[in-house]
Amino acid sequence: MAVSTAKPPRVPSSSAKRRAGRSAPGGVGPGGLGIATLWLSVIVLLPLAAVTAKAFENGPGEFVDAINAPAARAALLVTLGVSLVVTVINVVLGTLIAWVLVRDEFRGKRIVNALIDLPFALPTIVASIVLLSLYGPQSPFDIHLNATRPGLVVALLFVTLPFVVRSVQPVLIEIDREVEEAAASLGASNRTIFLKIILPTLAPAVLGGAGLAFTRAIGEYGSVVLIGGGIPRETEVASQYIQKQFEIDRFANGAAISVALLIIAFVVLLGLRLVGSRAARREEAAR
Amino acid sequence: MTDIAPSADALHALVEGSGAINVGSHAIEVHGLEKHYGDYHALRDINLTIPSGSLTALLGPSGSGKSTLLRAIAGLEVPDGGTVIIGGSDVTYVPPQEREIGFVFQHYAAFKHMTVRDNVGFGPSIRKQPKAEIAKRVDELLEIVGLGGYQERYPSQLSGGQRQRMALARALAVHPKVLLLDEPFGALDAKVRDDLRQWLRQLQSETGVTTVLVTHDQEEALDVADHIAVLNEGRIEQWGSPREVYETPANTFVMSFLGPTAKLRGELVRPHDLVLSKRQIDDAVPVTVERVVHLGFEVRVELRDGESTDLSAQITRGEASRLELAVGDQIYVRPGLHVDPVAPDSAQPAPGLEKTSA
Repeated sequence: MAVSTAKPPRVPSSSAKRRAGRSAPGGVGPGGLGIATLWLSVIVLLPLAAVTAKAFENGPGEFVDAINAPAARAALLVTLGVSLVVTVINVVLGTLIAWVLVRDEFRGKRIVNALIDLPFALPTIVASIVLLSLYGPQSPFDIHLNATRPGLVVALLFVTLPFVVRSVQPVLIEIDREVEEAAASLGASNRTIFLKIILPTLAPAVLGGAGLAFTRAIGEYGSVVLIGGGIPRETEVASQYIQKQFEIDRFANGAAISVALLIIAFVVLLGLRLVGSRAARREEAAR
Repeated sequence: MTDIAPSADALHALVEGSGAINVGSHAIEVHGLEKHYGDYHALRDINLTIPSGSLTALLGPSGSGKSTLLRAIAGLEVPDGGTVIIGGSDVTYVPPQEREIGFVFQHYAAFKHMTVRDNVGFGPSIRKQPKAEIAKRVDELLEIVGLGGYQERYPSQLSGGQRQRMALARALAVHPKVLLLDEPFGALDAKVRDDLRQWLRQLQSETGVTTVLVTHDQEEALDVADHIAVLNEGRIEQWGSPREVYETPANTFVMSFLGPTAKLRGELVRPHDLVLSKRQIDDAVPVTVERVVHLGFEVRVELRDGESTDLSAQITRGEASRLELAVGDQIYVRPGLHVDPVAPDSAQPAPGLEKTSA
């Protein structure tokens, strides 16, 4: 408090923390920082840079042309449209499932809880085969989704199930029940409590899970390859289009679509993170 | 703490709006309340009448059922049997939303994503009151609780004491018939707790809103309450004014829970009711002085009687210097003449309680 500056006394800013971080207790020191940087560079940045370089091999004009090719554009639009639908469904049902798993008591709850992660663990091509046998030409329920966009949605829902559930669950567990009771004592109906008290608290987690589900969906290949059928401009998704470009030796075209997907994923994740952290910052402010 | 003293105008406005004063009737009645959690019997045949405009403390150790009782009054717990009556109507199975109560929690239960203004205005706003009216009432209440000018802050930017005052303003914003406080100062440090206690006492007596306060701190209960219900193991052991429960405890539990005790010839007495003497007097027990502790204005004398049981007496400084006590002295001790010692396990009926044995 001895420091007299024009600024009001506040917690140290993050940059001040970073400067002091080198010797701060709990820090990993320069060695740890070095390893982390090297690891991220080799595993993440290097391949991304290589893809980007490949995409721009023949100049930005070629890059734009590659994305604007009718089949490429169609594949991207199908991918984004289907992924958006999948994300919206995930937001609603993922939150609901998390709610049931946290708030309701029922027999076999632990088993159900463990089941949530299985679609994630299953090889995606197996998912595709399973879905094809369930909803394909030989469907035992007489539901035929093969080579349709609903088929893509079902496949993507299967593999993206855990994201929203797993990000909402811990936040829901942490929610202070007394806050809901306080709202009830003030006259709020259950619906009002959910909309005005719980949802704003869950929003960052829901958005985070939605971002992961969406980005996973736009890049998904294995689970959609069989049930989707890859019909150009109908059910062909971006990843299938990319694979096709590689098969016909048009690496630069494939790389261009990859970079487009990367940019979309990056923008979506960054945007959601900003929205989420703004909400979180309000709660954490000046703590 | 003068900065949080309620202004007369603001208080007037608050009282006018609340219609809380309804002297001469019972704000809350509880009859034969029962609550089980599995095998655990949390409330056993609770009968309690809380007069309008009073401040009643539910006092007891943890697990005594005091919070369960308060939550049953609020509608946050549904009892297994018995009735809860608020303002003359049976609300036993009425949800908390419709009970017109204000509830304050130990850990504030602030709406963290809302500003102080939106927190306090939450009740009025879901009642669809006009925005200007809500804003006016919120400003008024924040002035009363000493948070004027904090409207746009978030709860995380407030201290614990400020958060609890915000919670109180939020509860008062809906013109509650009764104000229910569950260990409201339990999470605060001692200094803030004392200040808030005095402030609550003042707020309550000036607004006249019937208030029930749960606490495990007997000093807090004696300090602020008009009536104290002492709870133990799901039962009300005694109900009465602070003086009654302190001076004429119904049984040993109440006696020992409300203050320090010393055991003399198998009977419980308050340490400050012991009379020490250097000469042999009638009914006195011979004891040895083990230790003399000077605690500011009073002196604690630790004693040991012939059967090697320890007890301590509290005397004034003047008395101590007159007696010239030294460690190892043989002295005599007896209960003060005005005191009725409580024999252990005496089970007198708790005064102020209507007996409805099933």
